[in-house]
Amino acid sequence: MMSGYMEIALITIVGILFPVIAFVASWLLRPSHPNDEKFTIYECGEIALGGDSRKNIGIQFYLFALIFVIFDVEAIFLYPWAVSFGGLGAFAFIEMMIFIGVLVAGYAYAWKIGALEWVGDA
Amino acid sequence: MTTTMYDSLVGILSQLGVYQILSGFLPEIVIRIMLVLAIAGVVATVASLILAYLTWLERKVLSDIQQRIGPMRTGPHGLLQPIADGIKLLVKEDVHPKTIDKWVFLLAPIVMFVPVVVVLAVIPFGKTLVMTDLSVGIVFLLAVSSLPTLGIIMASWAQNNKYAVLAGLRRAAEIISYEISMVLAAIGVVLLAGTLSLPGIVEAQTGLPYIILQPLGFLIFFIGLLADLGRIPFDFQESESELVAGYTTEYSGMKFSFFFLAEYLELFVAGGILTTLYLGGWNGPFLPSWLWFAIKTFIVIWVILWIRATLPRVRIDQLLDIGWKWLLPLALLNIAITGGVLAVM
Repeated sequence: MMSGYMEIALITIVGILFPVIAFVASWLLRPSHPNDEKFTIYECGEIALGGDSRKNIGIQFYLFALIFVIFDVEAIFLYPWAVSFGGLGAFAFIEMMIFIGVLVAGYAYAWKIGALEWVGDA
Repeated sequence: MTTTMYDSLVGILSQLGVYQILSGFLPEIVIRIMLVLAIAGVVATVASLILAYLTWLERKVLSDIQQRIGPMRTGPHGLLQPIADGIKLLVKEDVHPKTIDKWVFLLAPIVMFVPVVVVLAVIPFGKTLVMTDLSVGIVFLLAVSSLPTLGIIMASWAQNNKYAVLAGLRRAAEIISYEISMVLAAIGVVLLAGTLSLPGIVEAQTGLPYIILQPLGFLIFFIGLLADLGRIPFDFQESESELVAGYTTEYSGMKFSFFFLAEYLELFVAGGILTTLYLGGWNGPFLPSWLWFAIKTFIVIWVILWIRATLPRVRIDQLLDIGWKWLLPLALLNIAITGGVLAVM
């Protein structure tokens, strides 16, 4: 059953056309007077330090990202369960509570070891 | 099956006899593609007009709350202001530093804008005003509406500007903290409706909107939506008092304006999502269904603007605490309560 996805494909094309047309129109209309000052990075101070800004990311981001992945996968399991819940009854509910319970145990552990704290020594 | 915009259009065209003429010399699939393309164009254009005036509305609402009058010079009550802004951005010089990642820099506004337009295809604007009724509607909606964040992160990374990189990192932390609670809160809606189709969810709310049955879920979803939009109190992608212009620091002209447009379109879409999932969608007495949808959507948008005028920004550690230590356990509790009540009943 792939019905209804043609609309998605076509509106995606329309959505891409909007910025592309606008970019081309702006490219044709706008002035261009480049000079060295305009090429510098926006920073405080008189002379930009420049260099590579993309380095040394705090380790906390990775911890949060890992927990995120776990719960995101859990959410995907929950959707089919929720949509067919009416036909499954109490047994499905208990089963899902056990599944969530296992995850909550992991979540409580992460909380306890301080993985959910933003400011830490990590 | 729900009547979609395509069905309605075919109905009107066959009554006028146009469809019969067209099918005389064109295969059915070509007509279908043409008509759907026309509908998509109209939907996207109408949405663009709405979002242009959302920028005006935001200024007016904010200035009203702050006892100013807001834009007044361009047209009556500043009504031509969005058009003037558009022209200004269109003819503005494109200034960017030499050290950017050129292709990512160019693609980022498109990556942010396109998913928001795509979401318009699944939102039921009225009883027969929906482009497509997907059987996995709500999953599609939640998945696609979180994609614009990729555009933000791409933009921040491409610029090689420390403010932008910080904004992008904060945005990443924000989205992973609130996305889960939002997705889990929406499970309460799916449990009650027993379907993933968005028109189906709206129809299940005939008489009783889910905000009454799911007050906790609504609250979690709404807070998640605010974070998803990057609005105050969660506007970490911008944080203009500390990060200059956040992820748009090095952008100018049309490329900047597409970030701006995408944000306002997201605001409209967010109003639509909340209306569809919790406020009963197009359901309502007397008035036509699209008008009910519009009224509810604009109430949601107005509340979001009101919040922007009222609240300060939270701190990054508070942001993560709210997301991980409050919303996530509450969302799980919401599922347990909803499921438990439904299982007993």
